[in-house]
Amino acid sequence: MQSRIKAFPWQELLLPLAAVVLALLIGSVLILYVGENPLTAYGILFRESLGSVRNIATTLQRATPLMFTGLAVAFAFRAGLFNIGAEGQLYLGAFAAVWVGISFNLPRIIHLPLAIIASMVGGALWASIAGFLKAKLGVHEVINTIMLNFIALFLTDWLVTGPFHGGSWVPETVRISPTAALSRIYPPTRLTTAVYLALVAALVVYIILWKTKRGYELRAVGLNPSAAEYGGINVPRNTIIAMAISGALAGLAGAEQILGLNNRFIVRFSSDLGFMGIAVGLLGKNHPAGVILAAVLFGALQTGSAAMDRLTAVPRELITVIQGLIIFFVAAEFLIRRILRLKEEA
Amino acid sequence: MAKVLEMRAITKQFPRVLANDKVDFDLEQGEIHALVGENGSGKSTLMSILYGLYQKDGGEIIVRGQPVEITEPRQAIDLKIGMVFQHFMLIEPLTVAENIVLGSEIRKGPFLNHKKMVAEVERLSQEYGLQIDPEARIADLSVGLQQRVEILKALYRGAEILVLDEPTAVLTPQEVEDLFQVLRTLKSKGTSIIFITHKIKEVLAVSDRVSVLRRGKKVGTKLTKDTNEQELAEMMVGRVVLLRVEKGPANPGPEVLRLDGVTVKDQFGQVKVNNVSLSVRRGEVLGIAGVEGNGQSELVEAIAGLRKVAGGRIYLGDQDITGWSPLRIRKAGFGFVPEDRHRRGLILDYSVADNLILGIHGSRPFAGTAGIRNQGKIMEHAEELIEKYDVRPPVAAQAVRNLSGGNQQKVVVAREFAQNPDLLICSQPTRGVDVGAIEFIHQQVIAQRDQGAAVLLVSAELDEVLSLSDRVAVMYNGEIVSVMPIEEATEHKLGFLMLGGHPEEYGAGEVSGNAEQN
Repeated sequence: MQSRIKAFPWQELLLPLAAVVLALLIGSVLILYVGENPLTAYGILFRESLGSVRNIATTLQRATPLMFTGLAVAFAFRAGLFNIGAEGQLYLGAFAAVWVGISFNLPRIIHLPLAIIASMVGGALWASIAGFLKAKLGVHEVINTIMLNFIALFLTDWLVTGPFHGGSWVPETVRISPTAALSRIYPPTRLTTAVYLALVAALVVYIILWKTKRGYELRAVGLNPSAAEYGGINVPRNTIIAMAISGALAGLAGAEQILGLNNRFIVRFSSDLGFMGIAVGLLGKNHPAGVILAAVLFGALQTGSAAMDRLTAVPRELITVIQGLIIFFVAAEFLIRRILRLKEEA
Repeated sequence: MAKVLEMRAITKQFPRVLANDKVDFDLEQGEIHALVGENGSGKSTLMSILYGLYQKDGGEIIVRGQPVEITEPRQAIDLKIGMVFQHFMLIEPLTVAENIVLGSEIRKGPFLNHKKMVAEVERLSQEYGLQIDPEARIADLSVGLQQRVEILKALYRGAEILVLDEPTAVLTPQEVEDLFQVLRTLKSKGTSIIFITHKIKEVLAVSDRVSVLRRGKKVGTKLTKDTNEQELAEMMVGRVVLLRVEKGPANPGPEVLRLDGVTVKDQFGQVKVNNVSLSVRRGEVLGIAGVEGNGQSELVEAIAGLRKVAGGRIYLGDQDITGWSPLRIRKAGFGFVPEDRHRRGLILDYSVADNLILGIHGSRPFAGTAGIRNQGKIMEHAEELIEKYDVRPPVAAQAVRNLSGGNQQKVVVAREFAQNPDLLICSQPTRGVDVGAIEFIHQQVIAQRDQGAAVLLVSAELDEVLSLSDRVAVMYNGEIVSVMPIEEATEHKLGFLMLGGHPEEYGAGEVSGNAEQN
């Protein structure tokens, strides 16, 4: 019973919430500066992102890839790994998905799951390289995932403009077979069943981390690798596994983009979804439920910002500023905590 | 004698605990006043208030008859109060003289006046009889000498009241004796000393008066000559304590652990354990005495599979376990209380329940099919051990981080002992643990022995080695220099060997017992 209560740290919700409120407050100063009423601007932002079923659907569509990349970052973080490489893993996952999507002729019931699994395998393999380098050679994962991002980017650039080029003047592949495409839930919005997949992924992440032996080991490695080793836990092996699972989650974000949104691989399609995942993981406290909420928040901000830009003098870039401020305050909270903890120990 | 310091009704409230509850304390001119109590009894808090590191919530401080407010260390120093911390605050690459004058350097124009600094430090060390080379680098000094530098630092700043926070925790027995000599000299020069410790023997050896704190309150102040070990222990713990563990004679059975010429290197290729051969039998405790850093940690970690063995073989029962993984060695019947519970033994952010399964978390009944954790069994296991090993507070879901040091250690001990291993290694099993918990852990070690475990005990505390062991080995510079039955081991003899004395020389030249340390 106790374990169920502590599973989601509700009191920890307070601090991210405070970060969001503070960021919106500072944002309102900027809105005043451009001569608008913050209440009006935020009113539009809210209405256009969450004010109707259709707007909510759009928000969720924007949130879905962030749920995956947020989960990817959070999962690795729980095992003590800072996965900056979700972006690259997403591209590799996306490419694997598009490859399955265009190369095979299969019934939908096989084709779609196969494409989804391919995206996970693609992401997982790419991330495993980083995990292997960290576990066996001690190359810090921050460095090697950043490097692998570039490699992934240029590798897919080449694949899509070269061997897999669709033939048009645009740097993109041909469209995937409809049997590999995710179905839309609420047309005309582009929200697809990928959102269900994201929720399932969050649940699976939760179960792995807190309900399995593997999760116990992964978190132990994240919290205290020395003690984990002492407890008979194979640290290098768990490092590779953590990166692989993280990469698989990032790969799913690629699947959502390919099989749901674009139905083809357009060169450099990701608008920093992998990097946004770091922010989402941070804001969501690296807890699957928190990640889902944070992703929805970011999705809503992005969805509402277009209308705000259109209907007021507030430029949509304000939303980027607000997102930055949210992260700033969440990060500052870590800083404040650390200072407090040091004091206690002194 | 005049009172140089009076602290009256000092109260300090921390978020969850009342660390000091109307504590009175006074210090007379030229006395050594011991301040004792278990961990968390408020001794360090009281002294931190005196030194301006914490602000008191109530009470007053009177220094040489004047009420004072001390809000930062600078003010304490101006009042001629000096403090030597348990963890030294020295800059290792700098010399002794540079460290001592740090903050009030002697200059010549914009440059340091090196010559004068050295001369000044030399004069000071002469005056107080604290021999030291002012131009030696801190990094090259032994711990005992580093502490001496800390004391000189305080004296250089004019300290007349000197506070030493658990100064003996890091010292070898001989260094402790040297320190006591220094304290007596300082006392004869008129310095008043507050000596914080939780070791009763030291109180009796060096102090004039002793004050006991328990749970933030002062229990009493006694003249040292009017009290004894038993009385002080009871004042500290609040109940009758067994200072010596009661144990029957050992009943050794067949060999359980055998080391055959084991050599271990560190990550730089330096030999840390050199060709060590040992054997531990069922039903006996083999104690390894030695100054820390002489290879004990490396040896023990090699046995546990946490360090590579560079040469030799390790046998557990009749199996050659050299090079096995830690998990496989555990499963072969091995339990291990590591020396550093925070680094190795515990995952502080895990609950008590989750820590109690570390190492057996992957086995039934804690993990079932498909590796799903059995939460019910994990909690059941925790409740059982919490009760048996008296872990307080008895909350299985509590994070171990929130437990006291003694209770954290009980979690480690409970986990390792509950498996009834054939081989049990206890490395510094009572470090930083209260008197009451020490008593309990010692009883458990003997209980394991009597149930037929082979116990290898590594401890820097000679008392502990002497009271638990059936045989004693001394480790020096990576080698086992001597193994003797407990009947032949005395504190003095072990101390001699621990500092590199040759076994055959012992007793021949008593003078070398105080061998020059570096």
